[in-house]
Amino acid sequence: MSSPEFKNPVVKWIDHRLPVFSFMHHELHEYPTPRNLSYLWNLGSLAGLALVTMIVTGIILAMHYTPHVDHAFESVERIMRDVNHGWLIRYIHMNGASFFFIVVYIHIFRGLYYGSYKAPRELLWILGVLILLLMMATAFMGYVLPWGQMSFWGATVITNLFSAIPWIGDSIVVWLWGGFSVDNPTLSRFFALHYLMPFLIVGVVILHIIALHRFGSNNPLGIDVSGKQDTIPFHPYYTSKDLFGAMVFLTIFASAIFFYPNFLGHPDNYIPANPLQTPAHIVPEWYFLPFYAILRAIPDKLGGVLMMFGAIAVLFVLPWLDRSPVRSGRFRPLFKMFFWVLLADCVLLGYLGGKPAEGIYVMLSRLATAYYFIHFLVILPLLSVVEKTRPLPQSISTPVTGGGMVSAPAAKRGKADV
Amino acid sequence: MFKRINQTICAGGIAMLACVGVMATSVVTPAMAAGGGGDIKDHEWTFDGPFGYFDKASLQRGFQVYREVCSSCHGLEYIAFRNFADLGYSEGEIKAIAAEYEVMDGPDEEGEMFTRNAIPADRVPSPYANENAARASNGGAYPPDLSLIAKARPNGANYLYSLLVGYKDAPHSDDVPDGMYYNTAYSGNLIAMPQPLYGDDIELAGGGDTSIEALSEDVVTFLAWAAEPEMETRKRTGIAVMLFLFVMCFVSYGSMRYIWADIKKSKA
Repeated sequence: MSSPEFKNPVVKWIDHRLPVFSFMHHELHEYPTPRNLSYLWNLGSLAGLALVTMIVTGIILAMHYTPHVDHAFESVERIMRDVNHGWLIRYIHMNGASFFFIVVYIHIFRGLYYGSYKAPRELLWILGVLILLLMMATAFMGYVLPWGQMSFWGATVITNLFSAIPWIGDSIVVWLWGGFSVDNPTLSRFFALHYLMPFLIVGVVILHIIALHRFGSNNPLGIDVSGKQDTIPFHPYYTSKDLFGAMVFLTIFASAIFFYPNFLGHPDNYIPANPLQTPAHIVPEWYFLPFYAILRAIPDKLGGVLMMFGAIAVLFVLPWLDRSPVRSGRFRPLFKMFFWVLLADCVLLGYLGGKPAEGIYVMLSRLATAYYFIHFLVILPLLSVVEKTRPLPQSISTPVTGGGMVSAPAAKRGKADV
Repeated sequence: MFKRINQTICAGGIAMLACVGVMATSVVTPAMAAGGGGDIKDHEWTFDGPFGYFDKASLQRGFQVYREVCSSCHGLEYIAFRNFADLGYSEGEIKAIAAEYEVMDGPDEEGEMFTRNAIPADRVPSPYANENAARASNGGAYPPDLSLIAKARPNGANYLYSLLVGYKDAPHSDDVPDGMYYNTAYSGNLIAMPQPLYGDDIELAGGGDTSIEALSEDVVTFLAWAAEPEMETRKRTGIAVMLFLFVMCFVSYGSMRYIWADIKKSKA
């Protein structure tokens, strides 16, 4: 990579001593990117946008919020009613969490379909799963802060899970609570950690991007870049594409914030926390529902907790479960089918997580949970051996039978939005 | 062929979005189930939808219903008198309304608490000193504060309206214990709140329909405002933001196509 010649003398002077401008030029400008990325590759930058949005609105909210059981609920109402544009800041933050998860879930399923977790991107994938875990912890603690009924009872249910740990479980729960129930010490430490963890996420995101830039993006064909003809510079091609994606994302996001801000929330959280009154159904936020379904599917408490964490743990070892040398699902007819079944299974788990644990829902949850693990632990290793994959194209820019390359007439018509 | 693959990708993306959407709605379904069990009627509200607004005359009538009926048991703790400017009252009118209430203040120079007439900066005083006092006066039941009630119940406005007009004779009168009342909208059909409105309960300041349906509609409109006083501003801002973003979508799409044009050519 050549060092760019900077015309501005100040920039030149600084860059000679502290090569930040060269760095930005390499990583954001000339950074060679496969030319055939689809819109599904927009989700990474959208996740970054969501993270920054959450941090900025979160810091402003923290200026007005009071982490005390007697004042938390009221301070949130103060923000909604008396702080200038407080309702806007809070609704962005509240819905931002949901949209962050929507974006990240699509990003993850993109990675699953196109085999983005395979060599040499295993660490990139693992860092991504770590980000998901941190996001879940952050979102959970953030949901406790308004100190509504669901905040309180959600915190009670989830922290109680740790009591399933043999021998020391109960002591751990008391230690987490800072007392003998979810109370003021719990709220203040959740606030402190909720403020801290997004910055840990930023740290892991930086590692995620460093790992990404080592080998560059995967692409819909899942084959390696074979030369300069396969890539285009990140700027202006993908900056312009990411900008367009961001605008579409913001349009959908804004429609939720301004017109249906409480659609994804639970009405019970507008009732102040009451330790003496349990809500009829304690339901987590939608993005936890698949995991909640897995938790409740297992009749044993410890077993349920282990399976729930196992559902994430299995993603950490995914690169070694799927040994097929072909990355993209496009050239794996069987894998492709099972991918859609897995997606349907996850949606089904999400649906079941929102239903009461009774009747048919229990049996369905068990089947869906079993299938989730079977997909990763049995089907993927098996497919790696038995599946007959379709022939791969020679390179991204060379059309090949079974590959799929932009044809000249299609390009001229402008139909192929790469 | 590329076009086909591209369609597959788009279809995949849309499917994923749709799935997320399904997951999202599944949150709402249990929420409905949690508060439901009763018969909730759909009612048309001026504040529904992206262009929704509050009818100021209805808000003022609703406030009168709250003041003369609801407020004997239910507080409105997050609303200050100054907020009534949203109802279309002038500063003078708000001062006059506030002055009709007494609030506790102090301590004064001798260290004594005292009562004084409320001013616009005060919040609407609650009918009871605390929750225990409220329970003691209501047979153990706690009349909830109404500031957020329209947001704190699933399908809030429709639920409240159905509740207010939902008092009926129980099919089997022996099934209703003392101190409970039969209501078609309430979950389990037995509610501790006696029927608050019968129609013609009050004489509206500006005149108007005092049927139980009209009074219920007015007070629910008032409560919807109390829960979301920012709603009109929010939706109006939203329209402007959406217009801006639509334009930005087209502009950024155009600039992307312009920038990518040479890539397509070099490939052909």
